[in-house]
Amino acid sequence: MKYDVILSGVGGQGVLSVSAIIASGAMAEGLNVKQSEVHGMSQRGGAVYTNLRLSDKTIYSDLIPVGGASLILSMEPLECLRYLDYLNPEGQLLTSSNPELNIDDYPDLGTLLGKIRSLRHAQVIDARKLALEAGSGRAANMVLAGAASKYLPLNAETMEDYIRKIFQHKGDKIVEINLKAFHLGRRSQ
Amino acid sequence: MPEMVLLGDEAVAMGALHAGISAAYAYPGTPSTEITEFLIQNSKKNNGPTAHWCANEKTAYEAALGVSFAGRRSIVSMKHVGLNVAADPFMNSAIVSIHGGLVLVVADDPGMHSSQNEQDSRYFADFARIVCLEPTNQQEAYEMTREAFSISEKFQIPVMIRLVTRLAHSRAVVQLSDAQPENKLGKAPEPNSWILLPSNARNQWHGLLNTQKEMQDLSEKSPFNPLKLNPGFKEFGVITTGLAKNYYLENLPDLAEQPSHLHISYYPFPAEKIRELATNVDKILILEEGYPFVERFLRGILPGGMEIIGKESGDVPPEGELNPDNIRPVLGLPSHRGSKQPDIQISNRPPQLCAGCPHADSFNALKMALAGYEKSMVTSDIGCYTLAALPPYSAIETTVNMGASIGMAKGASDAGYFPVVAVIGDSTFLHSGVNPLIDAVAYNTNMTLLILDNETTGMTGGQPTILPSSRLEQVVLGIGINPEHVHLINAHRKFDEENSKILKTEIEYKGISVIIAVRECVETAKRHKRKGGQA
Ligand code: SF4
Repeated sequence: MKYDVILSGVGGQGVLSVSAIIASGAMAEGLNVKQSEVHGMSQRGGAVYTNLRLSDKTIYSDLIPVGGASLILSMEPLECLRYLDYLNPEGQLLTSSNPELNIDDYPDLGTLLGKIRSLRHAQVIDARKLALEAGSGRAANMVLAGAASKYLPLNAETMEDYIRKIFQHKGDKIVEINLKAFHLGRRSQ
Repeated sequence: MPEMVLLGDEAVAMGALHAGISAAYAYPGTPSTEITEFLIQNSKKNNGPTAHWCANEKTAYEAALGVSFAGRRSIVSMKHVGLNVAADPFMNSAIVSIHGGLVLVVADDPGMHSSQNEQDSRYFADFARIVCLEPTNQQEAYEMTREAFSISEKFQIPVMIRLVTRLAHSRAVVQLSDAQPENKLGKAPEPNSWILLPSNARNQWHGLLNTQKEMQDLSEKSPFNPLKLNPGFKEFGVITTGLAKNYYLENLPDLAEQPSHLHISYYPFPAEKIRELATNVDKILILEEGYPFVERFLRGILPGGMEIIGKESGDVPPEGELNPDNIRPVLGLPSHRGSKQPDIQISNRPPQLCAGCPHADSFNALKMALAGYEKSMVTSDIGCYTLAALPPYSAIETTVNMGASIGMAKGASDAGYFPVVAVIGDSTFLHSGVNPLIDAVAYNTNMTLLILDNETTGMTGGQPTILPSSRLEQVVLGIGINPEHVHLINAHRKFDEENSKILKTEIEYKGISVIIAVRECVETAKRHKRKGGQA
């Protein structure tokens, strides 16, 4: 079994923390994991992505080959297209519909979302709305983690355990919000 | 055996801890920063070993040398271009008889994710005639760092660990082994071996050259240089170095035959093993992450008739990083197919200054001050403010190396250009800006220096600057600039008008003037506020 994920977004959106939750869940379930991250210059509001590789065999390359990814999980709609080359034609694309408008030539949002929806196996989620419903707009990335959990070769409980672990120092309330966001994402269509 | 999930950088740090280091030094630089961040956290938690940020890579290297002279183990980390700054102590440390093990970790950045060039540090190791180890995964990063300390003490040389971005910043599980204790304190036994007067240095150089054979022998035997022959397949054999091995192995299942394969991660590389591989194959394909370092030597090692294909022959991309895809053509494999892009323009999203960044306001004030001049020149430096080269700011014209803005402004002014402004950050100023400022002060050069003091090293994630911001002005005054031409301004847009007037007046002053624009980086300010809230 191998499962490659590209996580994408804009510097500051929490791409790394979602990646860490999936990676930790996979390790807890005994899979081999490699997670290649982006640090430094591009983190300043630029396009960022991580390569997350899960497998029950040895993983050699830190980078996913073209057409190798089973899932693209994007915190931002424009960013999900940037790495489409890496998505297997049978793979799943999952993206938030909420744009980061920090550039001048951002395409028309309606057209963009339309194009994404017309792709095979694409799901577009209003992550911010569901996060607010859970209690905080900042939990949008947990909504996306929840939506991804439907496809990942992992038990949702393992990921939930890890969400509890990373938010526990912020208090029960924050743990609740993030778990709720995760569940709303998981149930989203 | 205990295990941990670690970045490549952190695996090196753990290896150093378990090798019994007494101290670690560095100047932050992507992709090497996390080594020392990890060791600083560890030091706080466990009360040692010492882990310090330093003013620059040269001072960091010299501190590590002091630890070695005192008999203990130390690690010094930097990015590839940092070794240019530390080249003086590095080259000479190869000649002294290293006492406590000294390991230099250099993180190269092929593909220039966060750097101004993609120089390959293996050339530096070869230049100094020392051993270099190049891990291909986190586990090797841990083990090779431990081994590097033993090799350092065995041959009395510094040993280089070469990392690249993709390993430095990739996470995986690492199996750990037992830690060893620190070395005993005790000076190097032969003091002459550390006094590089010409007469001593000649002896030491002679000694280093004599050790080359032993280093070479170890390379031939080293399990870090595994050779796997397949006598049944002669068409071509493969040599890999660094991460190219991973990309090659990723593609191996797609090849009909398993070629003979030599992987090199211990340098000086094993010439005998290379010859052995060559006698078993008709052609050699060489895949290297970085420059065609081994490839260029190969042409001198192997008989003339042997065909060698790699970067030099144009069959492997000579620039940027290798990856699992761009080595497929040379392996004779078809390209993979991915999903098709819909027809919509995917606009670029380059990095940019954070919203509310103090630098943005400083550049605004500077632009206002320069607005009245028909022509002007703004030299600049390395840091977040380099992003002001991009629109909408387009406010700086040079970025070459740490500290270069000041020396270049002096040169341009000497050449007759006016007005010339150098823009540098506080951390970069303390790294390598003080010396060129001394030059400008010595000749009262007609230029203006704008120091952007955001009270941190922003680009690498907000490490503290080596001196607190409050002391910066004294450093500048201490060089001997006329205090009337030194100003502290508040880098906030509220004061744009006022700040631009001060800048304009000082640009008009016919001599060196320094303006320090102070306001904390919004990122570290957020972090401080959060911490403050918790305390
Ligand atoms: S990290 Fe700090 S210095 Fe860098 S761009 Fe952001 S606010 Fe400015």
